[in-house]
Amino acid sequence: MFATQKQPELLPYGKIREDLFRPLSGLTRKYFAAILIPLLIILFGAYAWTVQLRFGMGVTGLQRPVFWGFYIVDFVFWIGISHAGTLISAILRLTDAGWRKPITRAAEAITLFALMIGGMFPIIHLGRAWYFYWLIPYPNMRLLWPNFRSPLLWDLTAIVTYMTGSAIYLYLPLIPDMAQLAQHNVPWRRKLYRALSLGWTGSDTEWHALERAMKLMAGIILAVAISVHTVVAWDFAMAIAPMWHSTIFGPYFVVGAIFSGLAGLMIVMACIRKFMGLEQYLTRHHFDNLAKLLLLMSILWLYFTLAEHLTVWYGNDPSEMAVFGARTRTRFAFLFWGMVAVNFVIPFVLLGIRKLRSITTGVIASFGILLGMFLERYIIVVPTLSNTRLPAATSTFYSPTWVELAITAATFAGMVFLYLLFSKLFPIIAVWEFKPHPHEDEI
Amino acid sequence: MAIDLDRCTGCEACVAACHAENNIAISTPEQAAEGRTTHWIRVDRYYEGAFPDVKVKYMPVLCQQCDEAPCEPVCPTYATYHNPEGLNVQVYNRCVGTFYCANNCPYTVRYFNWFDPVWPAPLQLQHNPDVAVRIAGVMEKCTFCIQRIRRGKDEAETAGQPVADGDIQPACVQSCPAEAMVFGDLNDPESKVSRMAESSRATRLLEDLGTKPKVFYLERGR
Repeated sequence: MFATQKQPELLPYGKIREDLFRPLSGLTRKYFAAILIPLLIILFGAYAWTVQLRFGMGVTGLQRPVFWGFYIVDFVFWIGISHAGTLISAILRLTDAGWRKPITRAAEAITLFALMIGGMFPIIHLGRAWYFYWLIPYPNMRLLWPNFRSPLLWDLTAIVTYMTGSAIYLYLPLIPDMAQLAQHNVPWRRKLYRALSLGWTGSDTEWHALERAMKLMAGIILAVAISVHTVVAWDFAMAIAPMWHSTIFGPYFVVGAIFSGLAGLMIVMACIRKFMGLEQYLTRHHFDNLAKLLLLMSILWLYFTLAEHLTVWYGNDPSEMAVFGARTRTRFAFLFWGMVAVNFVIPFVLLGIRKLRSITTGVIASFGILLGMFLERYIIVVPTLSNTRLPAATSTFYSPTWVELAITAATFAGMVFLYLLFSKLFPIIAVWEFKPHPHEDEI
Repeated sequence: MAIDLDRCTGCEACVAACHAENNIAISTPEQAAEGRTTHWIRVDRYYEGAFPDVKVKYMPVLCQQCDEAPCEPVCPTYATYHNPEGLNVQVYNRCVGTFYCANNCPYTVRYFNWFDPVWPAPLQLQHNPDVAVRIAGVMEKCTFCIQRIRRGKDEAETAGQPVADGDIQPACVQSCPAEAMVFGDLNDPESKVSRMAESSRATRLLEDLGTKPKVFYLERGR
């Protein structure tokens, strides 16, 4: 029993297939309740957005000089979450690590959904959101190209590339599973899966092509993922605002993104395991490995945070010190030190001490890390903007209004909703990966 | 432009004149409490010393019309750009409201239309027909009264003469009772503004950022 607990690969393939396809069929009342609640929260968030579109950005808490607030924090946060899928799945696929098998799809789905959610915010945040397409380069009646010197254009390019790439990367390994699902199923599902599996028959050539495509995409997506969060960081670092104009921001943001993404993945996996009854597939072994990765990222995050703040403090530039003081000593000190606690101290204790490390403590630490990374972005965005270079323009007004909070809540609900929908339509664990010899077996 | 801080009394006539000239919305007390006021020119106050021996120093701050403006490269739609005359202009119709320009302005002189603008009666009757009224969702800022510059140039052209120094005056300069503000052609070494810029008291705001502002402040005499 212990051996199978550790390695789901050793279970008979027929059982694996049955176990993983079972959650797709049958709609329980519980499932409806679970999907209805996030749907209502999303609808309320959508209502809040219509209020903002109708009356103007004044319904948010934004004011001069804090022109960026919760929406930008949400944006960076969700783009950060999207880094879970890529790292886990691309790195582990390239290095052919066996323990990745039950995790990859769950992670890749997070990536795509988090990008869909995060990608909304540059639009939600616009003063005139209905003209968002003015940022897209295409021949138009205004006879005007967008300004490619603007980091926002780099941002748009990077995110669209990443979203396309991760959609393909999620889709490719789904093909063999969908071909299987198309065989014995209710008519509408049969039609859906047959169309989506693109006539996959499972021939040798097809497997080779698929494997090459996946390897290639894993390589591409890794580079794109790193560039995306670097570009997100550059939205800040290219500005000459105090404590934004920092060369360390690119890697700092990438590390933070992977950190929060892993935490998100840990929570999602624990939910899948519990609610879909996949205890045999997602074992302590997987959570243990994730916890170690999380611990590593936590230490890296601390290192970057220290490097960033120590250099500013030692340099003692007055306008930077105003922001530094606001972060660590005055108005935002509570948030700052709280962030250090949940991002480093708590994970270090819970995950670093082997006796304490378990699925439950891993999930607790992960919730803390998600909160901590949300705080980190808030601490990066708001104190810099409220402490302007001309001391007379400094302000302490910003706090989010119900509109911003409703839309933020809707993003989390959106993640749950999309995930519930996805897990009903597609197997959340890649079934074919457990096949002993995919090249010889017909599907 | 040059501003002699020795002469500035902080009366804010420039602020009122700017509001009237440029159709700037009037904020309510509630909006002011939320930090949502719009003044293309504002008078910053700095206090020195402790009560009762306090000195207040005034500094009118408007768009510095930087030659190397940090707000310009970051705008994705070219809503803010450098026009051929060297002015840093804002094209309201192109602005989608990313707020990036305002974040990157070290002088915090960019103002956003949080709602559609309103004027308490009867001020809605005194709109300047030469200046567009801005709708909710776009950024705005001081233009150096570009409409007055245009008119001054047109009139000089009609008269067949070059623009004389002092002919063109933005609303703030015109209304300053202490004559602390001077507007003119910095390219003309004989103009009054050029001579003031040469003064040993002349300095520019946050010059070390390399923004090359076109507003010169003349420090207070000791």
